[in-house]
Amino acid sequence: MSDAARLPAVLRPAPRSRLVEGRVLAVRCIRLTRRDADAAVMALALPVMLMLLFVYLFGGAISTGTEYVTYVVPGVLLLCVGFGAASTAVSVSRDLAGGIADRFRSMDVSPVALLGGQVVASVARNAVSTALVVVVALLIGFRPHADALHWLAAVAVLGLFVVALSWLSTAFGVLTRSPEAAGGFSFFLSFLSYPSSAFVPVATMPGWLGPFARNQPVTHVVETVRALLLDRPVGTHAAWALGWSVALIVVFAAASGVLYGRRAR
Amino acid sequence: MTYTEPVVEAHGLVKAFGGTPVLDGVDLRVERGAVLALLGPNGAGKTTTVRILATLSRADAGTARIAGFDVVDARREVRRRISLTGQFAAVDDGQTGRENLVMTARLWGMAPRAARRRADELLEAFDLADAAGRRVATWSGGMRRRLDVAAGLVGRPEVIFLDEPTTGLDLRSRRRTWDLVADLAGGGTTVVLTTQYLEEADRLAGRIAVLDGGRIVAEGSAAELKGRIGEQRLDLSLTTPAAFDAVVARLGPRAAGGDRVRLTVGVPTDGSALHVRALLDEIDPARDAVATFAVHAATLDDVFLALTGRAASEPMLKETADV
Repeated sequence: MSDAARLPAVLRPAPRSRLVEGRVLAVRCIRLTRRDADAAVMALALPVMLMLLFVYLFGGAISTGTEYVTYVVPGVLLLCVGFGAASTAVSVSRDLAGGIADRFRSMDVSPVALLGGQVVASVARNAVSTALVVVVALLIGFRPHADALHWLAAVAVLGLFVVALSWLSTAFGVLTRSPEAAGGFSFFLSFLSYPSSAFVPVATMPGWLGPFARNQPVTHVVETVRALLLDRPVGTHAAWALGWSVALIVVFAAASGVLYGRRAR
Repeated sequence: MTYTEPVVEAHGLVKAFGGTPVLDGVDLRVERGAVLALLGPNGAGKTTTVRILATLSRADAGTARIAGFDVVDARREVRRRISLTGQFAAVDDGQTGRENLVMTARLWGMAPRAARRRADELLEAFDLADAAGRRVATWSGGMRRRLDVAAGLVGRPEVIFLDEPTTGLDLRSRRRTWDLVADLAGGGTTVVLTTQYLEEADRLAGRIAVLDGGRIVAEGSAAELKGRIGEQRLDLSLTTPAAFDAVVARLGPRAAGGDRVRLTVGVPTDGSALHVRALLDEIDPARDAVATFAVHAATLDDVFLALTGRAASEPMLKETADV
């Protein structure tokens, strides 16, 4: 064994690329997700199950003015990304609770690369589950009227929101002390889709809930995606959706960094 | 940087967490290629000391330098020269052994090819090559710990910090880890390790710093520490619980490692017949309390007990007894 251990000490090369760090760590997170069979099944099966539940069980009782499946698919996509992004909180807190974050810090790996790697993995994870939901939706009768450009715009709006939710989850993951507590966050984040126009029109909700449901980010994102896919006017929703996403990213990426630095002591 | 100065140097480290003092003025000095063991019970401040030296935590007062670089002001220079293997494994269960090492080598700054080569070198060196392609989740505790230590060595650091490297390992894995540390030190790497095991400190470390309640209560080689409390120890077996209580009361602070269930207690002695006879007469004037006695060479356990008033090998028992 001795040879490898006995070579003379070598300084770590001084200037390294943070991009390489970020890429290496993103690959790590994606690999870990892929191999965590339980989480992968949950992440893929749950959104599809929920969609079937809404379309076939609740759909008959909900009147939206269009085929319910067509109304609800964008909503299911939102629920799906909320759930998917929230699991980032668990991954982050697991890294911090275990020894790996300490090892990385003692190696001077940038926190942006460590946390950003998780966000990138979250986006990749959500891309897969979102694609699966769309495919199943098309199979059960979802008929969007969108050209390639509209699809692209819808993906971009949704993708940006995934990044925002992932940073929000990351901040929460850094804040909590245990992966179990971070797990509770997924409940909160996926619940955010219900008091919105994701599943039922806001007009049918009790008056006191209306203002929240109308203005919260999920409603704006879901309405934007819906309008783009069904070839309707997007109105002001798109601007609000993008604004919300950018604001959430700025606030929670910064918060993650600050919380990480504070936890370090 | 000249190498005449110590590689690890700390002066007056003080640290408190939420008002509870953890370190209360710790001074350390480790020469190049030496092995220092920080020995102490749970909560003595071992991990905190290591974390401050490894730039992960900041002392409230005091200074520390690694290879001449301040751990706060020149943190990045320090980080280029050290590796830390903490108490919690820093390897991913979901990755294979090789993937873990390649990742760490890439993060260290190696190109993909060099990283793979280094990973294979280390897997070979740590006798993990056979399992390298399997996920770490399927490995034994000893193999994971070795992988963890190996991951700390991808960049050939000058100073290695090992926080309780053998806690939870079986005897065989513990021995392998000891061999590994001895090899590293033989190769000129400076090692700072923490341990609750006296045997480990005795085996591995040229110098031992005994940490208790956030202070270094003694420092020296194992032989020097043993020399401090007398070379011998007299073990007494007593006749009844009442006799045990009476003898322990008479011994006062000299009593070491009393066990009321087994009716045994130890006393430091120089081993001379004169001292043993006088001692027996003093503590058992009626000559009915001591059943048998034996004299043996002092262990680090005795040292620890004498210095801290606690048996180091039974920190958990002690804690439960306090509740």
